[in-house]
Amino acid sequence: MSAPNQSGWKPGTPVEGHNAMSGPDTATGNRALMLEEPLLFEIGHIETTGVDLPEPRGGTNRLGGFERTAQIGLPGLSEPETVRHYTRLSRQNYAIDLGLFPLGSCTMKHNPRLNEKVARMPGFADVHPLQPQSTVHGAYEVMNELAHWLIALTGMHGVAMSPKAGAHGELCGILCIRAALEARGDAREVILVPESAHGTNPATAAFAGYKVEDIPATPEGRVDLAALKARLGPDVAGVMITNPNTCGLFERDMKAISDAVHAAGGFVYCDGANFNAIVGKVRPGDLGVDAMHINLHKTFSTPHGGGGPGSGPVVLSEALSPYGPLPFTARDRDGKVHLVEEENAAEFGHTDAFGRMTAFHGQMGMFTRALAYILSHGADGLKQVAEDAVLNANYILRSLEDVLDAPFGPSGPCMHEALFSDKGFAEGLSTLDLAKGLIDEGYHPMTMYFPLVVHGAMLVEPTETESKAALDQFIFALRSVAERAKAGDESLKTAPHYAPRRRLDETQAARKPVLAWSDPDLV
Amino acid sequence: MARYFTDEHEWIDVEGDTATVGITDFAQGQLGDIVFVELPEVGSVIDKGKDAAVVESVKAASDVYAPISGEVMEANSALEDDPALVNTSPEEDGWFFKMTIADKSQFDGLMDAAAYKSFCDSL
Amino acid sequence: MRYLPLTDTDRSAMLDTIGAPDIDALFADVPEEARLSGPIEGLPMHASEMAVEKHMRRLSKKNLAAADAAFFLGAGAYRHHVPASVDHIIQRGEFLTAYTPYQPEIAQGTLQMLFEFQSQVARLYGCAVANASMYDGSTACWEAVAMAGRVTRRKRVVLSGALHPHYAEVVRTMAKFTDDEIAGALPAIQSQPDNSGLIARIDDQTSCVVVQYPDILGRIPDLGAIAEAAHAKGALLIAVNTEPVALGAITSPGELGADIVVGEGQSIGVGLQFGGPYLGLFAVRDPKHVRQMPGRLCGETRDAEGKRGFVLTLSTREQHIRREKATSNICTNSGLCALAFTVHMTLLGEKGIRQLAMENHRLACLAADRLARIPGVTVLNDSFFNEFTLRLGADARTVVRNLADKGVLAGVSLARLYPHHDGLDDSLLVAVTETTSEEDIETLAVALEGELA
Repeated sequence: MSAPNQSGWKPGTPVEGHNAMSGPDTATGNRALMLEEPLLFEIGHIETTGVDLPEPRGGTNRLGGFERTAQIGLPGLSEPETVRHYTRLSRQNYAIDLGLFPLGSCTMKHNPRLNEKVARMPGFADVHPLQPQSTVHGAYEVMNELAHWLIALTGMHGVAMSPKAGAHGELCGILCIRAALEARGDAREVILVPESAHGTNPATAAFAGYKVEDIPATPEGRVDLAALKARLGPDVAGVMITNPNTCGLFERDMKAISDAVHAAGGFVYCDGANFNAIVGKVRPGDLGVDAMHINLHKTFSTPHGGGGPGSGPVVLSEALSPYGPLPFTARDRDGKVHLVEEENAAEFGHTDAFGRMTAFHGQMGMFTRALAYILSHGADGLKQVAEDAVLNANYILRSLEDVLDAPFGPSGPCMHEALFSDKGFAEGLSTLDLAKGLIDEGYHPMTMYFPLVVHGAMLVEPTETESKAALDQFIFALRSVAERAKAGDESLKTAPHYAPRRRLDETQAARKPVLAWSDPDLV
Repeated sequence: MARYFTDEHEWIDVEGDTATVGITDFAQGQLGDIVFVELPEVGSVIDKGKDAAVVESVKAASDVYAPISGEVMEANSALEDDPALVNTSPEEDGWFFKMTIADKSQFDGLMDAAAYKSFCDSL
Repeated sequence: MRYLPLTDTDRSAMLDTIGAPDIDALFADVPEEARLSGPIEGLPMHASEMAVEKHMRRLSKKNLAAADAAFFLGAGAYRHHVPASVDHIIQRGEFLTAYTPYQPEIAQGTLQMLFEFQSQVARLYGCAVANASMYDGSTACWEAVAMAGRVTRRKRVVLSGALHPHYAEVVRTMAKFTDDEIAGALPAIQSQPDNSGLIARIDDQTSCVVVQYPDILGRIPDLGAIAEAAHAKGALLIAVNTEPVALGAITSPGELGADIVVGEGQSIGVGLQFGGPYLGLFAVRDPKHVRQMPGRLCGETRDAEGKRGFVLTLSTREQHIRREKATSNICTNSGLCALAFTVHMTLLGEKGIRQLAMENHRLACLAADRLARIPGVTVLNDSFFNEFTLRLGADARTVVRNLADKGVLAGVSLARLYPHHDGLDDSLLVAVTETTSEEDIETLAVALEGELA
């Protein structure tokens, strides 16, 4: 199978020094549309501003004698300069809007623009979190409606809406478990986490005061149920399991795992990072899960924004719901939605909350987007999301397993992501080299070296928002780079060749950290 | 002066009542470019097998365990400014810390240079 | 479904390639009993863009937007004008739909922006190094407390009584699970912060003192004196700022000796958004503390051709490498909010932030003077920036509710922030920014006069 180069242009055999990008050096360092951009601190000036504000009037102030006299050192730019500066910077980024973004476990799907429009409606964007209840009914209703659908989609009992991101949600779930155990006077010390887990899992458990122990995996990449059962006991507070797991496989024994953990008096935390594979098809509540965070920026497509903000509501079982943090929303008998805070928690029978995780009510700007996403897709669309995500991943798995080693490929289909290893690469070439080669082909690399259980792991998650043509083009590109890695193409070791930057010296960055602009003369 | 090696890839030089501890050339080769070394506080008492230092490359942080029990007498401040010494001179200038020797019997079972070399070859 | 590009023809062709008879075959690992037999209960089928927009607009209209009222709320979230170009930049797909910049060769846009952000925050806070942001001010506050514990190896935390109660509650919640001992207090309702009382609570087991600047009542505490007292006992001073615009008018916490400065960055570029997403700011005065910091850090380096570039660095502190020994479990930052902050701050510059701050202060002084003329009303504060505490001589919550019915959002009552505590009922926090007009101030004054008469 092959896919044509999209422009119809066929690359010939590259001749050293004669490819398209190696013309003469330019005087500016720019290369046509590839533009170099200085730092704000090199082009801005403390006298320049891009806003029109009144000059301060003299006279007295009431600053208590703390008025600033020294310069802060903040350069400004006019509006045209500001827009150009950040537009030029933006063009040095890869993004979903530019192409397929196959980062495994990150779910880089299309971000619908309706959701951006909705979040900016004045009734959502321009309201204060502490406005009197009578002026924010609609906001409470958004929170409540989203909470309702998250509960329905997961088959759980309650939901804590305030956690600000996935890791914050994990912490919330583990704290609920700890609070529930403490409420029954049962101090337990250990949380079990599979070796293949995302790093946040052990970090979270440790932050909540637990010792972390590994659960081994079976040769086919799943939790070893027998080993898990053997370890369970009165000291185990719970397990943290990702399902579908980080190898892209569904944990077939999930219900048996939950039953065993419950029988031993523990709780089951499910990392919901990979919920996209099963949304609308499987409800974690039916599998015995007690707590699961939902990354709204993954499954429900709120934008990743170059690293946040995220949003991590946590759905809770009946056993854990009483301990969920404040605040949250609840509907009274008359159907009116209330914000439940420290003040009125007793009225709503919620006196066992473990506390408060953040100043206000959670990521409202993400709630509006996620709700619009859920309503847009509906019950049929969400099920189709899971099915197409899984179909796309299996299409990639089966289209490439003849050229890339797929360690779990022979044992059956994958879920929403396909896992490959570096087996068969020529000596001296690594997963990193392949990834950087993929950059030259116009793609963001897949997740690399994760999960740790596979050597030189490459985890590819295409998501459901890619067309077949886009997948074929990506498969063509990845096949080509994989063949070069197996053939020992040394040019991969210095890739990328055509990105705005070549490989960056991370050792120097860490040995002599330069973390802020420090030349005071240039402002 | 005697030099011992551990199966955690540390070396220990013993001179009188003082032991100098570092990581081996083999270990630095495995870790890659060292960017930071977190050293124990002078005066702290450390037990054999417990965390004593942390050595960091760009993508990994590895604990260095105390090869014997004792009190930390000196930490190699040169590593603060130049952690690359661990790469360029792991078994001399890139030493980590000096400590007292609480129990000389703890040297029993450690390897000499020849035994350590065959240990590494077997890995 | 408009977001799903595959056609049924594509799907069958792809199943053929895979060698699967149908889609269910790909879900073979999901046990039969775990599969839903029908659609999600109650959830309608897919809906058009027009229909969803209509539904959301209906909900939006049930809220009173700040722009449609005389608006005086603060207490940790402030309404400021955000220039139109800020929203334009953050909606560029290259920023909006990018991932965390783990592949620096194709993420220099985000990385250079973060380096500029870190530099701006460090300068605004008077610190050496700022990180690439946290979730919000309250979680940054807790992370600072946790960091102080790592630095000092002590467990006793002294919270100022005038720290935002929700921030204090987040710290108390987290400390329950880390064995930190939290000594808090209620705010003393007086014209000046109770510095001597705070200083008396610092002892040689204290890891840190946490002080809000300006404080929850709007007063400006003497950070320098507290820093000196903390340092004398070997404790760190954590300064918390919930209104960054204030730092255009008053000296930064770092310059006054705070060791860790954290705060909420929402005022610059982000907007109210009903409480989130916001922007946690986190900085340290002394660069030697950098390796104990939580969160992402962007640093400068060179590429293989010697060109300057930026990377995420010192990541061995973080969860994806250090796992259970990480400085925090935080994984994201507030990337897009940090971008909004940086673009807005770039538009302001030194000149703009100072003008903005003084305009806020001027209007706040006007409002304080006008409101103090209402019979029975007094202004508590000796000092303030753009927010102050009014004593109404009446139940402030009732006043706030009644005025809301008249389209006046009068402020935040202390009783809303401190439920179940006596002696705070008649106090109202009033915030005034450049978005407040003199007419708005008059509207509030007249409404209050009517309510209290």
